[in-house]
Amino acid sequence: MKWEMVIGLETHVQLATRSKMFSGSPTAFGAPPNVQANAVDLALPGVLPVPNRQAVAQAIRFGLAVGAQINPRSWFERKNYFYPDLPKGYQISQYEEPVVKGGVVTFALEGVPHQVLLTRAHLEEDAGKSLHEDFHGRSGIDLNRAGTPLLEIVTEPVMRSAAEAVAYARTLHQLVTWIGICDGNMQEGSFRCDANVSVRPQGQVAFGTRCEIKNLNSFRFLEQAILHEFERQVELLESGGKVVQETRLYDPERDETRSMRSKEDAQDYRYFPDPDLPPLCIDEAWIEQERAALPELPAALAQRLQTRFGLSVYDAGLLTASREWANYFLTLMAEGTLDPKLCANWMTGELAATLKRTGREVQDSSVSAPQLAALLRRIQDGTLSGKMAREVFEIVWQEGGEVDALIAARGLSQVSDSGVLEKLIDELLAAHPAQVEEFRAGKDKVFGFFVGRAMKASEGRANPQQLNELLRRKLSGS
Amino acid sequence: MNLDDTSLRMLCAGLRERTFSSEELTQAYLQRIEQYNTRLGCFITVDPERSLSQARAADIRLARGEGGPLLGIPVAHKDIFCTEGWLTTCGSRMLSNFVAPYDAHVIQRFKEAGSVILGKTNMDEFAMGSSNETSFYGPVHNPWQLTHVPGGSSGGSAAAVAARLAPLATATDTGGSIRQPAAFCGISGLKPTYGRVSRYGMIAFASSLDQGGLMAPSAADLAWSLGTLTGFDERDATSVARPEEDFGAQLEHSLEGLRIGLPRQYFGSGIAPGVAQAVEEALRVYESRGARLVEVDLPHSELSVPVYYVLAPAEASSNLSRYDGVRYGWRASQYGDLNEMIARSRAEGFGAEVKLRILTGAYVLSQGYYDAYYLQAQRVRRLIQQDFLQAFEQCDVLMGPTTPSTAFRFGDKGSDPVQMYLSDIFTIGVNLAGLPGMSIPVGFDGQGLPVGLQLIGPHFSEARLLAVAHGYQQATDWHARVPGRGEQA
Repeated sequence: MKWEMVIGLETHVQLATRSKMFSGSPTAFGAPPNVQANAVDLALPGVLPVPNRQAVAQAIRFGLAVGAQINPRSWFERKNYFYPDLPKGYQISQYEEPVVKGGVVTFALEGVPHQVLLTRAHLEEDAGKSLHEDFHGRSGIDLNRAGTPLLEIVTEPVMRSAAEAVAYARTLHQLVTWIGICDGNMQEGSFRCDANVSVRPQGQVAFGTRCEIKNLNSFRFLEQAILHEFERQVELLESGGKVVQETRLYDPERDETRSMRSKEDAQDYRYFPDPDLPPLCIDEAWIEQERAALPELPAALAQRLQTRFGLSVYDAGLLTASREWANYFLTLMAEGTLDPKLCANWMTGELAATLKRTGREVQDSSVSAPQLAALLRRIQDGTLSGKMAREVFEIVWQEGGEVDALIAARGLSQVSDSGVLEKLIDELLAAHPAQVEEFRAGKDKVFGFFVGRAMKASEGRANPQQLNELLRRKLSGS
Repeated sequence: MNLDDTSLRMLCAGLRERTFSSEELTQAYLQRIEQYNTRLGCFITVDPERSLSQARAADIRLARGEGGPLLGIPVAHKDIFCTEGWLTTCGSRMLSNFVAPYDAHVIQRFKEAGSVILGKTNMDEFAMGSSNETSFYGPVHNPWQLTHVPGGSSGGSAAAVAARLAPLATATDTGGSIRQPAAFCGISGLKPTYGRVSRYGMIAFASSLDQGGLMAPSAADLAWSLGTLTGFDERDATSVARPEEDFGAQLEHSLEGLRIGLPRQYFGSGIAPGVAQAVEEALRVYESRGARLVEVDLPHSELSVPVYYVLAPAEASSNLSRYDGVRYGWRASQYGDLNEMIARSRAEGFGAEVKLRILTGAYVLSQGYYDAYYLQAQRVRRLIQQDFLQAFEQCDVLMGPTTPSTAFRFGDKGSDPVQMYLSDIFTIGVNLAGLPGMSIPVGFDGQGLPVGLQLIGPHFSEARLLAVAHGYQQATDWHARVPGRGEQA
């Protein structure tokens, strides 16, 4: 039997606010335990939550970016359960009425356009952390993360392969970082996916029983976990077993999922509207204000790069991977004189490779956009060959400095003076009459020999294009 | 200085004119507390040194010529308000070791006004009770008759004010916890409009119903101090921003033409004769001063008790989840694992009434019951709110007995919680509708126990309510009567 995979994703996006969802504590990562937890986060008797306006604004921006409905009146509910790192004994979340309803995330997978429908996106607060190591059999609680604002983005069960799920997650990641509502740091847990996976015989309409896989904090783990879970469920069904609805935890070290809790152990969270918080009302004016603050979205910009600058779909996609990356390209274009294709090639080639090698992001590049622009200008006007430009790039990366000054100081400019080149070629032909004869007899390969010698004689500075032309003319005896 | 026969206005004048210092005044009240508290049980915590040092600080401000209605005035605070550096127990073993690291908004406002913290008053555990019998710190005795309850949950504050152990006390009201003990103890109590007083730092019982307020002998005293309590607080999302009001300045207001609505449902059977008679006489006083009586209807009134006893426990069951023994409060000494630690700490830390309400609340919120109980109760709550709004189309203020009976004996209603809950029947609707309500003393029953008249107004009509109460107190002296405090007659 052929089996079809059905996937829905729930993504917890940590919002890039300065303070927490319902308290004034800072949200920065990595502080010593419990220093970023105030009376509200500790749930002292008598404290009250106050919603973070910035977090709501970011949720609105997300909703607009995916073409969703911004709920004019949503509310917060309490999800009640006991756990030591949940100080209030309940999590404030949205259950009945989320702030964002619907929406679509669009991307191309192997050139084929895909659309993933969103069910909803809702605001909630994160829990703290239980630390079970280092306390000699006791547990520690760190409440720095308690109350951190999260936007939980839920898709419909519309994905049919692990590759599609990963492409969706990557696109979502690109989008939330692009619009500035998340720092996107997956190691620090700023972007975490849970995958709901079920299988069904190909052609069957009804869904199979699903399992939720948690703890997927990299795209690779997401893919592996889905593939693994698919195999597990298929094996189970083919051997006459049944899939039990449960929550499973992905263990990347063993590449397996294991059961956390089954539906039978599922707690009754006793959701009810939080009486400390009035309904969250969002009017048109607020929505318009956020719409105005929204940058041009990656898909729209990619389209513009194709039509305005004649870039390929592929290049436009690469250049809109992040807002910083796109801004770098747009800065080059702002020069007005540079060839878009040349710029795209340099960014996706030399620049991308060097960033990757040095582990940096484009915003921390040692070669700034204006510096690269100066360099590319010298390629365009023939001062530098591609090879020389890469040398200059490396020097600027290592030592900094102004491109034109460097070229002058190190004598790196290309020899394009035809008089100099002609003299050089004349000497060369005179020194190798046998090879000249061979070429004239039709042995075209000898041409390369002369190019090599000429380059060596010019210490690599001969303008290759000009050299080729002159050489061919002289060899042909004209 | 005669503490039995004074008012906040007089105390304030005495301080300003240096007739006595805040230190002397505070010392005088502390002596009374020392003398009577063992018998009455009004206070859980008294800290004379700290109080006197606050009084001395107030004296310095007074000497500098600073003013303000409460500068140097000693005030008792219900032990539900977090008070920095003070034990704040909420009447529970759960918080019997909890020294608050911060001030509630209410405490902060009183501190800024320069008032002196006289002590923290006894209360029903987590404000759950109508008799002050559920306190971990033992009962409070009604200063009119020590064999009787003072009412609850703000029983300590009410008894302290009645016995003149404090000229003013803070209190909270979730279903009548200010008005009912005020009625039982023969004092004036005000529960402001929901949202008027910040709940920040006020330990939550039922968040959508809880409201901080005041108790004092007279409406004039309440008007004198209400401005200190009210005002917008950005730390409470349910706090309402309103223009500042001078409640004292609006006190003198003629009763001529006042339309008093008498809800049919508040004058039915089941009202003790002594209560009915005193209330009737009070209404006659109003009539004689030019007020008109109109009969009005609150058709869903009888549903207020069941609605309240679904919603309040539901909210409480969640609000009290934070008491898990992990970060502060009572932690069981013996436990096997995490779950057992939480379960045992709660089993040991909470008393029976609190547990009953947590269980009730968890039940009505659980899957399969939520719609039938919680949602249904929310729907009826809206009907009750509408009843009041419609009634206020025909009248300016509603009046009726605060409670069906006067203070009852200890243990009288202990065996049947429903009997106890029914004693809140007239007060609960006000909380469900978020309205301001008052109770003022209007006489005594045959046993010599005080009777309270309840006044209910539209949202944010506190100034009007206080003026209406003050008008009555200009014509009568019930509010000036002082109980025997258990002294032999």
